[in-house]
Amino acid sequence: MYTETQILKDTTQTAANGSEGELVINVGPQHPATHGVLHLVITLNGETIKKVEPHLGYIHRSIEKMCESLTYRQFIYVTSRMDYLSAHINNHACAMTVEKAMQIEVPQRAQYIRVLMDELTRVASHELWWGAMAMDLGAFTPFFYAFRERETINEIMEETCGARLTMNYMVPGGVMADLHPDFVRKVKAFIQLFKDHIDEYDELVTGNVIFQNRMKGIGYLSKEDAISFGCSGPVARASGVNCDIRKLSPYEVYSQVEFDEVLQTEGDSFARYLVRIAEMKQSIRIIEQLIDGIPEGDFQAKTKAVLKLPKGEFYSRVETARGELGVYIVSEGGTTPYRIKFRSPGFSNLSALDHMVRGSKIGDLMATMGTLDLVIPDIDR
Amino acid sequence: MTNEEIKEFITSILPSATYDETGEWLNINIEAAQWRRLAQWIRNAPFDMDYLFCLTCIDWKAHLTMVYHLTSTSHRHTIVVKAKVDRGDAQIETVSDIWRTAEFHEREVAELFGVNFINHPDLRKLILTDDFEGYPLRKDFEDPVNMIRL
Repeated sequence: MYTETQILKDTTQTAANGSEGELVINVGPQHPATHGVLHLVITLNGETIKKVEPHLGYIHRSIEKMCESLTYRQFIYVTSRMDYLSAHINNHACAMTVEKAMQIEVPQRAQYIRVLMDELTRVASHELWWGAMAMDLGAFTPFFYAFRERETINEIMEETCGARLTMNYMVPGGVMADLHPDFVRKVKAFIQLFKDHIDEYDELVTGNVIFQNRMKGIGYLSKEDAISFGCSGPVARASGVNCDIRKLSPYEVYSQVEFDEVLQTEGDSFARYLVRIAEMKQSIRIIEQLIDGIPEGDFQAKTKAVLKLPKGEFYSRVETARGELGVYIVSEGGTTPYRIKFRSPGFSNLSALDHMVRGSKIGDLMATMGTLDLVIPDIDR
Repeated sequence: MTNEEIKEFITSILPSATYDETGEWLNINIEAAQWRRLAQWIRNAPFDMDYLFCLTCIDWKAHLTMVYHLTSTSHRHTIVVKAKVDRGDAQIETVSDIWRTAEFHEREVAELFGVNFINHPDLRKLILTDDFEGYPLRKDFEDPVNMIRL
C-alpha cells in the first residue's frame, strides 16, 4: 500500500526527449467519485495515464469465511451487504442455490414476486448509477431527477419488505412475507411515473454535446477483451457480448416474459451508458407483463426449520444490476456450507479498468469508472 | 459440443484425468502439473473455452483443490476443471496470460489460500494488508481477535 504521495522522477528522461517524468497519484480510498472506499494508484505521464493499480480491501469483511459458520437460513442476510444496490438479487441467488440443492419447488406466486422485486431493484440501481455518474461529470441536477424515481421504488420496497436497502426478503422456498395490499397499485403508479419521466433523461444528459464528447470513444473495451477479462452485465453487453443470464439460462419466470437483451457494439463509455438506459426500459417491460398476472397461492414452500444440504457442489448464476453473480456452495452434508464462493461481477469488471484507461487523459478516468458502475462492498466482499 | 467429445479429447492427452458428471456440468479432475497444458488446449478451437467465469480454491484439509469454471461464448458449453494442489507446497502455474481475468482472481486466491501461482506477473496482496500473516480461508486459520465462532 502507498502511504504517501510519491513523486517519481525518471532520471533517464530529460527535457530533450519531451517528457517531464512520471507522477504517481492516489485516488481514494476516500474520494467522492469512487463511491466507496476504493484506492487507485495512478501512474501519470503529464496528463496521460500509464497505469492504474487498484488496491482493495478497505471494506473486506471476509463474507466467504463468515458464511462457513452460518446456517443456510442465516447466510442469506449477509449477502445483502455485498452489492447493496442489488440486495434482492443477491438474496435471490443464494436462495436459488439452496433450493437447487434441496430440490425445493418454489410456488408460482413466489416466483412472480421474486422477478418483480428483481426488476424493481435493477431499475432502482440503474437510477442511482445514472444520477451518480452525471454527478461525477459535474452535472448535479440529474441526481435529483434519478432520486425522484428511486425513492418511489424504495417506498414500495419498504412497505412489503420492511427495509429500504438491505431487504432480506428472499428465503429458501419463496419470499419471507406476502405482498403489501397496495403493492400492485403502487407499482402501476410507478410505471406511469417512470414512463412520464424517462424521456427527460435523454433531454437532460444523453443528448448533451459536452456529455457526448466526454463519453464517445472513451474507455474502449473490445469484445475479445471483455470476454477475456470475464466482464459481465452492461459492461460486457456494451462490447457486444451476449451474457444476459436471464436469457442464457432463464430462472424463475424469466422464460415466460418477453424482453430484449440490450446489446451495443461500440464498447465505449457511451455504449455502456446507452445499455443501462435501455435496460431500465426493458425491466419496466417485464414488470408490466407480470404485474397483472400475479397468481394466488402460497408465497413460500413448506420447508424444514433446519435446512441440511446433501453432499455435493452447487452453483447458480443470476443477473444482478452489475452483471453475473455466481454462488458456489460446497456442502459436506451439514447445516453450514463447507466452502462458499461469491463470484461478484464488480471484481471482474474492475480488473478491466487498467486496460480501458491506459493512454487516455486523467479526466477520462472518472468518466470511464462511472460507466463501470462499481459497488465497492461487492468487489471486496 | 458434448461432454463425450470433451472427455474423449482430454483422455487422449491426459489419460490419468477422471470425470464426474453427477452435478450440473462435467467435472474434470487433474493434477496441478497438468493444468497449464490442458488450459492451453481447451482455450483454443474446437473447444473455445474463452470465458473463465469463476476461479476459486477449496481447502480439503488433506490437500487444496483449484476450481475453474469455464464456458464458451460461441457454443455455450460449460465445464469445471479441478486441479489437485499439494497443501504443504501449494503451487500451480498461472493462466493469467490465457484468460486475463485470472490475474485478479489468482491474486485473491494466493493471499487467501496461500497458493503460489508460478509465472504470475504480480502476486502482491490485493485485499489484505501487506503485513497480514496466515491464509484466512484455509480451514486451520485462527484469529482469536476478529473471528467469532458461532
